[in-house]
Amino acid sequence: MMMTGDWIDIGAVAEIPQRGARTIKLGSTQAGLGEEIAIFRTGSDQIYALINRCPHKQGHLSQGIVHGEVVTCPLHNWRISLTTGRALGDDTGCVPTIPTRVDAGRVLISRIAMLATAAAA
Amino acid sequence: MLAPNSRERLVVIGNGMAGCRAVEEIIARDPTRYSVTIFGAEPYVNYNRIMLSPVLAGEKSFDEIVINSAEWYAENGIELLSGDPVVSIDRVEKTVTARSGCTVGYDRLLIATGSDPFIIPVPGKDLPGVISFRDMKDVDTMLAAADAGGEAVVIGGGLLGLEAAHGLTLRGMKVTVIHLMPTLMERQLDEAAGWLLKTELERRGQTILTGADTAEIYGQGKVEGVRLKDGHEIPASLVVMAVGIRPSTALAREAGLAVGRGVQVDDHMVTSDPAILAVGECVEHDGNVYGLVAPLWEMCRALADGLVAEPSGYRGSVTSTKLKVSGIDVFSAGDFSGGDGAEDIVMRDAARGVYKRVIVKDDRIVGAVLYGDTADGNWYFDLLKKQEDISDLRDLLIFGQAFAQGGGQADPKAAVAALSDDAEICGCNGVSKGQVVASIGAGACSLDAVRATCKASASCGSCTGLVESLLTLTLGDEVQSGAKTLCKCTSFSHDDVRREIIAQALRSIPEVMQKLHWSTPDGCSSCRPALNYYLLCAWPGEYVDDQQSRFVNERMHANIQKDGTYSVVPRMWGGVTNPRELRAIADVVEKYNAPMVKVTGGQRLDIFGIKKDDLPAVWADLNAAGMVSGHAYGKALRTVKTCVGSEWCRFGTQDSTGLGVQTEKMTWGSWMPHKFKIAVSGCPRNCAEATIKDCGVVCVDSGYELHVGGNGGIKLRGTDLLCKVSTEQQALDYCAAFIQLYREEAWYLERTAPWIERVGIDYVRSRIVDDEIGREALTSRFLFSQNFSQDDPWAERAAGRDREQHAHLGEFRPLHAIAAE
Repeated sequence: MMMTGDWIDIGAVAEIPQRGARTIKLGSTQAGLGEEIAIFRTGSDQIYALINRCPHKQGHLSQGIVHGEVVTCPLHNWRISLTTGRALGDDTGCVPTIPTRVDAGRVLISRIAMLATAAAA
Repeated sequence: MLAPNSRERLVVIGNGMAGCRAVEEIIARDPTRYSVTIFGAEPYVNYNRIMLSPVLAGEKSFDEIVINSAEWYAENGIELLSGDPVVSIDRVEKTVTARSGCTVGYDRLLIATGSDPFIIPVPGKDLPGVISFRDMKDVDTMLAAADAGGEAVVIGGGLLGLEAAHGLTLRGMKVTVIHLMPTLMERQLDEAAGWLLKTELERRGQTILTGADTAEIYGQGKVEGVRLKDGHEIPASLVVMAVGIRPSTALAREAGLAVGRGVQVDDHMVTSDPAILAVGECVEHDGNVYGLVAPLWEMCRALADGLVAEPSGYRGSVTSTKLKVSGIDVFSAGDFSGGDGAEDIVMRDAARGVYKRVIVKDDRIVGAVLYGDTADGNWYFDLLKKQEDISDLRDLLIFGQAFAQGGGQADPKAAVAALSDDAEICGCNGVSKGQVVASIGAGACSLDAVRATCKASASCGSCTGLVESLLTLTLGDEVQSGAKTLCKCTSFSHDDVRREIIAQALRSIPEVMQKLHWSTPDGCSSCRPALNYYLLCAWPGEYVDDQQSRFVNERMHANIQKDGTYSVVPRMWGGVTNPRELRAIADVVEKYNAPMVKVTGGQRLDIFGIKKDDLPAVWADLNAAGMVSGHAYGKALRTVKTCVGSEWCRFGTQDSTGLGVQTEKMTWGSWMPHKFKIAVSGCPRNCAEATIKDCGVVCVDSGYELHVGGNGGIKLRGTDLLCKVSTEQQALDYCAAFIQLYREEAWYLERTAPWIERVGIDYVRSRIVDDEIGREALTSRFLFSQNFSQDDPWAERAAGRDREQHAHLGEFRPLHAIAAE
């Protein structure tokens, strides 16, 4: 089991709407919008984190409709699995997922995965 | 072929389900053998009596439960004498005489008189307001009573009584069910399932008194209440007696036929007089009488085989039951009383309210009771009827067909494929799998076609999924989708869902999904926005919009662009603007570094490249200059485009700009099935391009032409002329009525153009132009709903509402490795 220090507290579960998402901005020295992490909360209160970028045309997945363990991209209705990051149905593509866990109503996200994502951004 | 006058004369007493089905079966075998006369006591064509409950509950209309239309009688040369019951049979002269005095001779006579409701012999049973639940007249009486409101008592907690109670509850009456036995539906359900049912009905507001014995029905001149033997009194303005039915045998008895509990028949449905047959609920076969619909189909087949084909013979029926109360799934078949050698396999899932019990004797199923999940009812019933040895399946039997036969994954198509040809698919109309497949084979390539040809799924619709599976199995990809289902989460069509939302007063998305058996936990990105809109439209001012069921643009009140930024379009009434608005827009463009500002096709200015975090501030600035949301992002009223009209133009006939502004003030903010565009042109030169809009007004010297259903999008469609009116007020009223009709009846994401092509402009005219009262009602419903939709969503967001929609949850800086809000 990882130490607590390997997890970052990013907020309360209640701050994310059910069947919705919030975003974490990755601080970057580059100009522009930078990379974002989308934190999803399903109807059954499961928490998932994906890079906020559809594998199709980079749509902001955080703005999609969340149903079951799936988010539908707002741009062209690709369906992305929240558990695997893979596109479902006839579409192919994959978006990186980031490990999360919930402890006492707080959402925790993997520090190592965040550092790796920030480095790649 | 025999000439009509040389045919044998077949007279049928009873224009109900049994009599007409028998005639259908005979005609199917030999259409020219008989000249047929049918006597009916009720003044109707043949309707589906078991569907009276959905009519009472408001889920069906009478027209929808008609089995044989007037055309059917005409096409088959059948003489129908309805509203005229037969009062005597003369077996010597071979004639029957009706109440009107009409006497008709027969070569063959078929008695299909059905059954009579059993009226318990208590004082007050004849008071006005005491009725049974047997025919359309009873339903009419109940509907009239429900209109007056108040309290109703249903005596009898069996199938019929509970369906009556359910319907009256939905119609707004306070209902008490009095049941003599300790548990409800004790003939079909065991104690556990009966208890689950009672609990659910009580949760729905009914009072259920079991072990309650009626002493008397009291009242002065009309019913006022029911007194029980324990002295308890229940006030009621309506009492429905639904304690049971008895074969209607009086005619047969008076004619001297052999009658026991019912009219006694042999295996070919022939009575003690070889010229007289009998079929349906009025007969007794091998000591049994039946009060359910399925045996009737089997009897009619045996009867027709015996009369005009190879005699097959009726062997008695094993029956199953389903309760037609929306949202409560109950199935029961066979014997569940236990007894020697009977073993129970039981599964309960309390959280889901599921109870399943299969009764096994000598490795064969003898009975099944299912509550909450009845999907496998037909499978158990099939195994039961065939008396199949289930010892190999036994371990998995209770988990249903998919598990017991197919391993882990439930595949409904495999389950349907595994059913035998004589397995019953449609219980309402007695249609087997073989018959459905045959009608598909004969060219029925859609659900509607199957319904029209073999009637499977044409009544209560609970077997729709099975029929669809059969279509796919038989035709593969050639299935033509008829009434399209809303999405893959449901077997209901858009129209079904809209109707049920009203009929069952469903008021939230989870409630719709629960009551209409959604197959997914929280829907999908197709059905959630549709349901959100349907509920919003059905319950203006009451329904609370579900933001998470809105497409991104409607949730953000701006149009998402491919880079994740948004474009913002402030409203400019009728396309008219002024220096103040233009300055405010120019300031926003500079202040927020908007890379582009562009004139739209709808005469507005579109500001591009706004970040989601900046949206509230942009809106605040635009609000400050008096501008509100232009709804360029919504399935909503978009714009009213105008030309300058008579104020400036030398050709203008009316003030098209002024009328456009008025129209936009009236209609802005309204949510629609899809986007909706309006235009007003000041003369037939039509500079505002009104004839490719959803609703277009073209001004002429003598008034205003109203055009509807145009579209300038992917598929160009010119409008249809709806009508011409003479005043501005009329133009506004008709426009509002048209919008409301579209809002109430179109499918979600259906523009007015395909909607009108689907329903026909004549239909729209009949509702808007021909029906003045209906039009005024539509207009006022639209204006009512507008009371709740004309709050500027931008102002609300600018004031801080839903702030989290525009803010990150946190920020992650690798150097500090902390998250901060």
